[in-house]
Amino acid sequence: MKFTLSWLKSHLETDASLDAICAKLTAIGLEVEGVTDPAAIFKPFRVAHVLKADPHPNADKLRVCLVDTGEGEPLQVVCGAPNARAGMKGVFAPVGSTVPGIDLTLKAATIRGVASNGMLCSEREMGLSDEHNGIIDLPADAPLGAPFASVMGLDDPVIEIKLTPNRGDCLGVRGIARDLAAAGIGSLKPLTVVATTGMYDSPIKVRRDFPADAQDACALFVGRLIRGVKNGPSPAWLQRRLKSIGLRPISALVDVTNFFTYDLGRPLHVFDAAKVKGDIVARLARPGEKLLALDGREYTLDETMTVIADDNGPEGIGGVMGGEHSGCSEATTDVFVECAWFDPVRTAQTGRKLGIHSDARHRFERGVDPAFLHDGMELATRMILELCGGSASIVEVAGDEPDWSRRVAYRPSRLLGLVGFDLPVARQAELLRALGFGVSEADERLQIDVPSWRPDIDGEADIVEEVARLAGFDLIPATPLPVDRAVPLPAVNAAQRRARLARRGLAARGLVEAVTYSFIRRADAALFGGGKDDLQLVNPISADLDAMRPSILPGLLQAAKRNMDRGFGDVALFELGPQYADQTPEGQSLVASGIRRGMSGPRHWREKPRNVDAYDAKADAIAALAAAGAPVENLMVMDGAPDWYHPGRSGTLRLGPKVVLAHFGELHPRVLKTMDARGPLVGFEVFLDRIPAARAKSGRAKPALKLVEYPAVERDFAFLVDAGLAVDSLLKAVRGAEKALIARVSVFDVFAGNNIEPGKKSVAISVRLEPQDRTLTDAEIEAVGKKVVDAAAKACGAVLRA
Amino acid sequence: MTDIVAQAQASERAIAQAEKPEALEQARLDALGKKGWLSAALKELGGLEPEARKQRAAQLNEIKDRLSGALDAKRGALEDAAINARLAAEKQDMTLPLLDGAENLGRIHPIGQVIDEITEIFAAMGFTIAEGPDIEDDFHNFTALNIPPAHPARQMQDTFYLPPREDGEQMVLRTHTSPVQIRTMRSAQPPHRIVVPGRTYRSDYDMTHTPMFHQIEGLVIDRNIHMGHLKGVLVEFCKAFFETDKVKMRFRPSYFPFTEPSAEVDINCSREGGVLRVGEGDDWLEILGSGMVHRKVLEHCGVDPNEWQGFAWGMGIDRIAMLKYGIPDLRAFFDADLRWLKHYGFVPLDIPTLGQGVAR
Repeated sequence: MKFTLSWLKSHLETDASLDAICAKLTAIGLEVEGVTDPAAIFKPFRVAHVLKADPHPNADKLRVCLVDTGEGEPLQVVCGAPNARAGMKGVFAPVGSTVPGIDLTLKAATIRGVASNGMLCSEREMGLSDEHNGIIDLPADAPLGAPFASVMGLDDPVIEIKLTPNRGDCLGVRGIARDLAAAGIGSLKPLTVVATTGMYDSPIKVRRDFPADAQDACALFVGRLIRGVKNGPSPAWLQRRLKSIGLRPISALVDVTNFFTYDLGRPLHVFDAAKVKGDIVARLARPGEKLLALDGREYTLDETMTVIADDNGPEGIGGVMGGEHSGCSEATTDVFVECAWFDPVRTAQTGRKLGIHSDARHRFERGVDPAFLHDGMELATRMILELCGGSASIVEVAGDEPDWSRRVAYRPSRLLGLVGFDLPVARQAELLRALGFGVSEADERLQIDVPSWRPDIDGEADIVEEVARLAGFDLIPATPLPVDRAVPLPAVNAAQRRARLARRGLAARGLVEAVTYSFIRRADAALFGGGKDDLQLVNPISADLDAMRPSILPGLLQAAKRNMDRGFGDVALFELGPQYADQTPEGQSLVASGIRRGMSGPRHWREKPRNVDAYDAKADAIAALAAAGAPVENLMVMDGAPDWYHPGRSGTLRLGPKVVLAHFGELHPRVLKTMDARGPLVGFEVFLDRIPAARAKSGRAKPALKLVEYPAVERDFAFLVDAGLAVDSLLKAVRGAEKALIARVSVFDVFAGNNIEPGKKSVAISVRLEPQDRTLTDAEIEAVGKKVVDAAAKACGAVLRA
Repeated sequence: MTDIVAQAQASERAIAQAEKPEALEQARLDALGKKGWLSAALKELGGLEPEARKQRAAQLNEIKDRLSGALDAKRGALEDAAINARLAAEKQDMTLPLLDGAENLGRIHPIGQVIDEITEIFAAMGFTIAEGPDIEDDFHNFTALNIPPAHPARQMQDTFYLPPREDGEQMVLRTHTSPVQIRTMRSAQPPHRIVVPGRTYRSDYDMTHTPMFHQIEGLVIDRNIHMGHLKGVLVEFCKAFFETDKVKMRFRPSYFPFTEPSAEVDINCSREGGVLRVGEGDDWLEILGSGMVHRKVLEHCGVDPNEWQGFAWGMGIDRIAMLKYGIPDLRAFFDADLRWLKHYGFVPLDIPTLGQGVAR
């Protein structure tokens, strides 16, 4: 909502400064978004007196002027305007100033051999119009040296406020003035409404024709014919007012409607009565009816929309926009004025469906004062008669004023109770009355009658807000929250704690955390088990972001590609966030997912980089699980990773055969090809929600640690096994060979080829024995070794290599 | 006699001239070895008269001690020389550059870091963290929050919709974290004191708007809780988060369907030289929307508004991260540009705690 200071002051009697007014507007909830002082760009330009205008010695069309700027010695200025003459008053732009219309900063110049110090300006050069036939010719009494902006009336500051949608009453300047007056900035000037007595019955009658369930679509319609008007340009004051807030003056009749829209928040419409056929009916549109609206576009209407129609069909869309056909023009002599009330919800829906954002819609959908139709009509009548002449008919009325009355029983103690500061009851009542509320005392409470222009008020809390905002939210104290324990309990639950630990754990492995969108391209989603209809956005912001992600991996893959395109081929990214299996809350799960791409590190003299591989992804997944507190010592590594992984270079991490805690592996080459990504590329997905809750313990104490003094022994074995054997099964067999003694089994070499027979591989393991109660003898160690070899042979067909 | 003295002198010369441990050992064997001249001389003692034997023995022992001392000293010197030579040979260039450890390569995204910071601060004020789903139903995202069916916020241009289900319900991507207020109040009895960080979605894209962003919701429901407590909580939060006691706060009346009264909250800042500094200067910067929970919202949750009341607020996590850490463009948060993440991210061991400060 835009208005100027002088417009505001036409409703508000005040001496307050612009700054004080703006500060108060923001303080009472009418947030000032900006103040523009149109005079600012005109600041260097002042009224000057042309003392002499002699012909230029070297140019026929130029004159050499002597200009008195009101300051210092007169200056010599070369000017090409045909109307430059001695004795005239003009607008002088000094050297160093920027001429707004041509965006030129002036320098002292020599024009055809004659020095020129500044410029006498045309309207175009001032940016006021396209007029460039001569320089601005100011009246003779324009004070020498006075600021050009004030002489031209261009110094009225424009204030723009951001209104919250509940404050339709402030979409008229008068509503803003009322709020300011109530808040102590001056007083609201009275609004005098003088009714015009109709001289005759309007030949155009008004009817409402709505089904029972749509009676409120246009509850009240007030109309009047004014005959014999002369429509033309509106007077300068009205044009200036409209222009000051960016509206284009059109003609007196149209300008009047725009003026009241902004002045009083009262949209009006004017029909050229000569073009209206028959009576005017407010009704719902018939499906498929068309209207060419005032914006020059044709709209197809439906049965949910209100139209103002005549025998020709719709002439306007109720509360939204009038029609081109019956609009007023310079030729209009009889005008029919509409002042109606349209239902906010229906108006909003109509406007939205048709895509029309008009000043009328903006106001009707926020609620136009339902008790101001007759006064609005009278004020408009008076102005039309003043500007255009003519004679007015008796007012035509269809329908009734909608019931807007509301009474709130208000306990003044609620002020303290809700906002934490108090005001005397009398002061509260005074503030409310200043806003137009009726206040009467009843028992402990105040009976508050809500004014017709405040449909947003319907309870005690609303009344508290009105009182508090006028008194000032600065009065709200900063009160500490009550504390019930000095050291609070933890803020996060077990699941949140797991997630936080997994995040730090993955970052500590050198992975960089990314946050990518929850929606991805559908084709990508389909490659990762998603892309189903129920998770397609109906209205995505772009076609690349239209499917809820079934996995975090595709987003990370795209991110890796972007980084590769920027020349960063080694990528290690992870993300901890949601993925979606369906629309339900249970279908959303929290996943820690990551990818590595390229080499394990940069080329380096000491650590040779290698291609990242599935084992890196496995290590990342296990690290995330370990950090999150999963029992990683019990993890089983199994096949069964989903088909976006390389089937031979991937796996799952499980607790028992059924609970899959993670997938990891090299990404499937077909997925990479489809997504146009180049490997080596490995990834993992850790399902944090599936980690079982830690068993409830009676305390934090760790189990007792038994430290034994007997020496540990390590023995190495090299086995020949089938090339396809999962080494895990060999390790399991070896561990089980002598559980009481074998503390650790590790693999230190795996190889095939060379002198290993085809179809076999060599696996070298180290077995650590930790006796609990004695030092092992050579014979005992020998016996354990035999058990190891036997177990390996039995479980895996392993043969000890010579 | 002269024979012994000359031999001792020869041995001393041999020890002094030995340049290697082997030469030194040879000198030792020549003198003190089983077949050395000193051992031979000692064997001859038995044949002497007692008086001469005593005198001769003293002389030989004195020579033996002298030679032993010289041998030890020379052996030490040779060992020192050897170790010095080895050290010189083993010299390495300590200026060679090394790789960063993984713990310095990894990064925490500013959003994750700021959520941890916020959690620390609100934990100290007795809040717990609550969460809810991103895909919400109409009731939790709108209706229960007193947003009527025709409200502009429900329209396509703001809200992302999923296809209608068979029962007619059309799910949305939550437009704010406020539905978690509803879920919390409907699942447990008051009092409540929660903060809700999470992903939120609106159909918007420019320098300061992305279709996905992060909010943190706060909710306190108790007896006798008023807007003063809201101000108290937010003042403490801003002081701790922005690490300045100078931060000034301004409450402006505003409007949200789910709160009444409602306020937008600004903090002071300076924009001198195009650099935004929070807690300095006289400019204001909006950081959040807030208010007293609307009684209709409480009623939707089965909470008696005559017994319980409280406040709620919603704040952009990305936005306050941008403010605190001087990050210019919101869109970059979600682009996963490694250069950006390395620059604006946090090393994993930089864990915010109140004890050591919430930020480094």
